[in-house]
Amino acid sequence: MSLDMFLQHCFNALTLGSLYALIAIGYTMVYGILRLINFAHGDILMVGAYFVFFGTFAFGWPWGIAAIMAIAGASLLGVVMERVAYRPLRDAPRISALISAIAVSFFIESLAVVVFTGQPRPVLQPEWLVSEWQVWGGVRILRLTAFVPAMTAVLVGILLYIVYRTKPGLAMRAISKDIETTRLLGVRVDNIIAFTFCIGSALAAASGIMWALRYPQVHPYMGIMPGLKAFIAAVFGGIGSIQGAVIGGVALGFVEIMTVAFMPELSGYRDAFAFVLLVLVLLFKPTGLLGERMEEKI
Amino acid sequence: MSGFVLPTAPDYAGALLLARDVTMRFGGVTAVSELTLAVPQGSIVGVIGPNGAGKTTLFNVLSGFYTPQEGDVIFAGKSVRGRKPYDICRLGMARTFQNIRLSQQMSVLENIMVGCHVRRRCPWWMAPLGLPSYCREEADIARKGRQLAERVNLGDQLHEKAGSLPYGAQRRLEIARALATEPRLLLLDEPAAGMNPQESLELMYFIRHIRDEFDLTILLIEHDMKVVMGVCQYIWVMEYGALIAEGGPEAVRNNPVVIRAYLGEDMAVQHA
Amino acid sequence: MRLNRGAILNIAAMFLLGCLLWQAESFLGDYQIYIGKLIFINIILALSLNLIYGFTGLFSLGHAGFIAVGAYVSALCILAPEQKEMMWILEPIIWPFSELFTPFWASVLAGGVAAAIFAFFIAVPVLRLGDDYLGIATLGFAEIIRVLIVNATAVTNGSLGIKGIPSHATLLACYGWALFTLIVLARLVFSNFGNVLRCIRDNEIAASVMGINVFRYKVLSFCIGAFFAGVGGALLGSHLSTIDPKMFNFLLTFNVLMFVVAGGLGSLTGSILGATVITILLEWLRAIEEPMNLGFVELPGIPGMRMVVFSLVLLAIILYRREGIMGTRELTWTRIFAFLRRHKA
Repeated sequence: MSLDMFLQHCFNALTLGSLYALIAIGYTMVYGILRLINFAHGDILMVGAYFVFFGTFAFGWPWGIAAIMAIAGASLLGVVMERVAYRPLRDAPRISALISAIAVSFFIESLAVVVFTGQPRPVLQPEWLVSEWQVWGGVRILRLTAFVPAMTAVLVGILLYIVYRTKPGLAMRAISKDIETTRLLGVRVDNIIAFTFCIGSALAAASGIMWALRYPQVHPYMGIMPGLKAFIAAVFGGIGSIQGAVIGGVALGFVEIMTVAFMPELSGYRDAFAFVLLVLVLLFKPTGLLGERMEEKI
Repeated sequence: MSGFVLPTAPDYAGALLLARDVTMRFGGVTAVSELTLAVPQGSIVGVIGPNGAGKTTLFNVLSGFYTPQEGDVIFAGKSVRGRKPYDICRLGMARTFQNIRLSQQMSVLENIMVGCHVRRRCPWWMAPLGLPSYCREEADIARKGRQLAERVNLGDQLHEKAGSLPYGAQRRLEIARALATEPRLLLLDEPAAGMNPQESLELMYFIRHIRDEFDLTILLIEHDMKVVMGVCQYIWVMEYGALIAEGGPEAVRNNPVVIRAYLGEDMAVQHA
Repeated sequence: MRLNRGAILNIAAMFLLGCLLWQAESFLGDYQIYIGKLIFINIILALSLNLIYGFTGLFSLGHAGFIAVGAYVSALCILAPEQKEMMWILEPIIWPFSELFTPFWASVLAGGVAAAIFAFFIAVPVLRLGDDYLGIATLGFAEIIRVLIVNATAVTNGSLGIKGIPSHATLLACYGWALFTLIVLARLVFSNFGNVLRCIRDNEIAASVMGINVFRYKVLSFCIGAFFAGVGGALLGSHLSTIDPKMFNFLLTFNVLMFVVAGGLGSLTGSILGATVITILLEWLRAIEEPMNLGFVELPGIPGMRMVVFSLVLLAIILYRREGIMGTRELTWTRIFAFLRRHKA
C-alpha cells in the first residue's frame, strides 16, 4: 500500500470515527447520569437525517437552515422521549428502563416506516462539499471528508465548554456522581437530565446529518448499526467519559477502515468487528480506556 | 456469669479457623493490616470495634470475597486463601450479612432450600427425568427446610415471601439458610443490628442454642455490647484494621485501650 | 412421583388438547392451523428466554442468534442431499453437510444441541458481565452469528438463504415439542434447581455464599435456554419452509422479549399466555395494514402500522404494568378453582 493510499484511508477513518464519536457522546452522557443505555439514541440520528432530507428536498431550504431545524427537532424529540418513556421508570429496575428504551427505538423506527415509507431515499449533496480537494501530493479527498472531523471538533469543543465551564454542566457532573445528594442540594435534577438528553440528541442529529451527506441516503433503519457501534465506542473509551467517547469513536473508525483496507478479504465481516472489539474490551478492561471503576459493596 | 470458662489466649495450632498476618489493601487504603486471629473449635468468638475498623472486610476475606495481599486464612487445617466463596462454603463455612441478603421474591422455605443445595448429590439433569433417587432427595430437602424454619420460629410463615417478613424474622431466616449449608463455622455479621432489647436477648439464647444443637463454632461481629459480652467467650477488638486488644469479656470491658477506642480520649479519662 | 389433583388435571388437559389438535384439520382452516403452529413455536421461544432472563436474571438479547443456529442446523439436516446440491449456487456445499440427511425429530434435536454449543462458547466470556452490558454483548454475538451465516456461503448458502425446507412441523409436532419444552422447564424450575436459579437472579452474592457456583449455573441456564431456542428455531424453519439471514435480526429477539415481558418474568404459564395473546394480536393487527371499508368511508391500508402499535403496546406494558399478565405467579388449577368458586358465590 502506497503512502498516499494509506493517508487517504486515514482521512476516511477519521471521518467515520468522528461520526461515531458524536453519537457515542450522547450514549456516554446519558449512561453516566442515569446508568441507562438509551437504545433509541441511534434512531434520533435517523430522525435528524430525515428532517434535513425534507428540509432541503421538500421545502427547498438552504442546507444550513435545514440542518439547524433538524437539530432542533431531534433535540425536542430526545427531550420528549425522556419525559414519556424514561422519567416514569427512574425508580424501577434498570432493565425495565432498558426495555422501555428498546420499545421507544422500535416505535420511532416503525413510525418512520409509516410516515416516510421504508424506501431508502437519495440525499442531494451540496456541490461545495463533494468537490475534491488536493491535500498534499497524490492525496485527494472530498471536502466532506475534512469537513466532518472539523465540524466534530467544533461541536466537541462547545460541549466540553458547557460541561466544564457552565452551571448546568457542573450539575450534570454532580448528578453522575450522586443523583440523590445533588437533588438535596437544590439542583433541579429533572431539568438537567432533560437538558442532557437535549444535548445528546442534538449531537446525534448532527452526526445523522453528516452521515446522510457522507453516505447519501436516508432510510428508517439507518440509525441502528451506527447506534450500536457508537455505543460500543463509548464502552471502549470508558462509559461516562466524554473524552473517552471521542477517543473510542475515532478508534473504532480506524479499526473498521484499516482492517478492511489491509485485509480486503474480511470486508464481509465488517459489521462484526465492532462487536468483537466490544467483547474483548469487556473481557480485559471492562471500564474502558478512561472509565472509572465501580465496585459493588458486599 | 454465662457459665463459660473464660479461656486465656486461644490455641493457635488447634483452631478451626486461623487468620495469620492478614493484610488487605484497597488502592492506598489498608482495611485490615497484619491481623492474626484464631477461633477454637466449638467456641463463640466476637470481633468488635468502632465503625470502619475493618470488621466486615475481615469477614469478606475469611469467606473468600477478597483475597488478602498478605497472610493466610486456614480453615479446618486447609489454606482457603484465594478460594472462591462457594468453595469455602462447601468446606463448611457459612455466613450472614450486615445488610440482609435474602431473595426477597422467594418464600421462606425456598430461601432455606437454596441453602440445602450445596449438600445435594443428584445432578441437575435428573430433575426433568424425575428419577426416584432425585425425587427422594428433593423431598428430603423440603423436609430439612421445614425443620430449619421451625427451628427459627418461622414454621408458620413457610410460604410467606421473605421480603414481607419483619426485620428480625429476616435475620433469623438468614441464619436458618446459613445453617442449611451444614456449616462447621458460622460467621454472623451484626446479627442483632436493628433489633429491640427483647429480640437481642432472645438472639443471645438462640446463638448459644444453635451452637450446641448443630455442633457449631461461631464468629460474630456485633455492636450491641450486651450481646457480645453475654454470648462470646473470647473477644477480639479491632481499630483501624489492626487488633488492639483481645481476651475474655471482662478483660476486654475493662481494658483502657478498648475504652479509648470506643469513647475517644476525653471520655476515657472521665470513665477512668 | 405422587399424583395429586393438579397433576392429573394437567395430564388430562394436555391429552385432550393433543386429541383436539390431532383432528384439527377437520374443523380448522389453513390459516388457523398456520397461526396455531406459530403460537406453539412462539411458546417454546418465550419459555426458553424466560428461563434465561425471567428465572436466572440474565438479560440476554441474543436469542435471535440461537434461533438462527437451530433453524440452519435443522434445515441442513432434513434437506435431501440432491436438493442441497442444487440450491447452493454461490459456492458448493462442503462435506459433512452435503451428505447429512436425518429424520425430522433428530434434526430438531440437532438444532437445539448446536444452539446450546454456540451458547456455551458465548457464555464463558460474556456471563461475567452484568445487566445491560450483558444485553449488549449478547446482542453483539447474535449479530456476529448473523454475519457468519451471511459469509459462510459454503455451509449456509449465504444471503440467498435456504428454500424448500420440508414442512414436517405439523400442528401436532409443534404441540409436542412445546409440551416437551414446558415439562422439562417446569420440572427444572419447580425443583430446588429453580430455587437456586432464582436466588442467583435476586442476590448473586448470597447465592455464592450458599455454596452455589454462580457462574456454572448461569452457563447452565443460558445453554438450556439456548437449546430450546434452537428447537424453536428448527420448528420455525420447517414451518416457514424458507430461512434467510435477514429473518434473524434484532426484531425477532424483540418479539420474544415482548412475549416474556407481557406474560410476566419468572412465570411459565405467563410466557404461554403472553406468547399466545401477542401472536394472535400480531396477526389480528395485520387488519390495520389492509384497506378498511367502514361503510361510509374507505380507509387506505397503512403498511408498517402493525409495528407501531406493537411497540406502543410494549411501552404501555413496561410503563403501566411492569409485572406483565402473571407477574411471577403461576396459573394453577388451585387458583382457577378458587377463582371460579369466588365468582359463583
